[in-house]
Amino acid sequence: MNKKRPVNLGLLTIRFPITAIVSILHRVSGVVLFLSIPILLYLLSCSLTTSDGFDDVMTLLQGFWAKLMIFGILSAGLYHLVAGIRHLLMDCGFAEEKTSGKVAARVMLVIAIVLIIIMGVWLWM
Amino acid sequence: MDVKNATSYSGNGLRDWLVQRVSAIVLAAYLIFLLCFLVTHPNLTYEAWALLFSNMFMKIMTILVLLALLLHSWVGLWTVLTDYVKPAWLRGLLEVIVIVTLLGYFIWGITILWNIQGATFIY
Repeated sequence: MNKKRPVNLGLLTIRFPITAIVSILHRVSGVVLFLSIPILLYLLSCSLTTSDGFDDVMTLLQGFWAKLMIFGILSAGLYHLVAGIRHLLMDCGFAEEKTSGKVAARVMLVIAIVLIIIMGVWLWM
Repeated sequence: MDVKNATSYSGNGLRDWLVQRVSAIVLAAYLIFLLCFLVTHPNLTYEAWALLFSNMFMKIMTILVLLALLLHSWVGLWTVLTDYVKPAWLRGLLEVIVIVTLLGYFIWGITILWNIQGATFIY
């Protein structure tokens, strides 16, 4: 047996490539969005059924924890949206190579983070 | 060869792939529109909100989005469950729970539009 085989089982030395990170985040954000569907439908239902219900939702959303929850859901939504657009671009043949794919993954991540920060400022200002 | 799967949305990988893309575009357009509406209406009133969802075009788009959400979530969660849940009985159970839940959300969403009060219908 070749004694000089590379040994790389130190888990601290193994790094996911950026493309794997954006991919798993796409899945995680998708599952988060699935779990948030009943919350959003409930808020939509209350806000549309009566004028009082609308005021209740508006008051509820002023609270810190409710805002944090909406921030979480919208973050997952914005991330999933931008990651999805990257997927559609790859389906059209853009950024499919190893180098361009990595660049596109980084650009996508930065765009998603910037949008999430803007959304956070909008929520709390 | 046509590989069929009993629990994926269409039982056909290529068709699932296409359904995922088409529904994604519908969902993306609706999400961007709704975010723009909320950003441009900082002091939103019940009247403006109910009027928006009373509009027949908005109702049709919302029902389309509910349908896209059902299909998109089904294809996505099927993929996630297939990749991460090994025991067939558990995966099957979770898939049934997901599908029934998603169908329930679809019907719930339609009843929400059905029940809008206080706003005159705009055709």
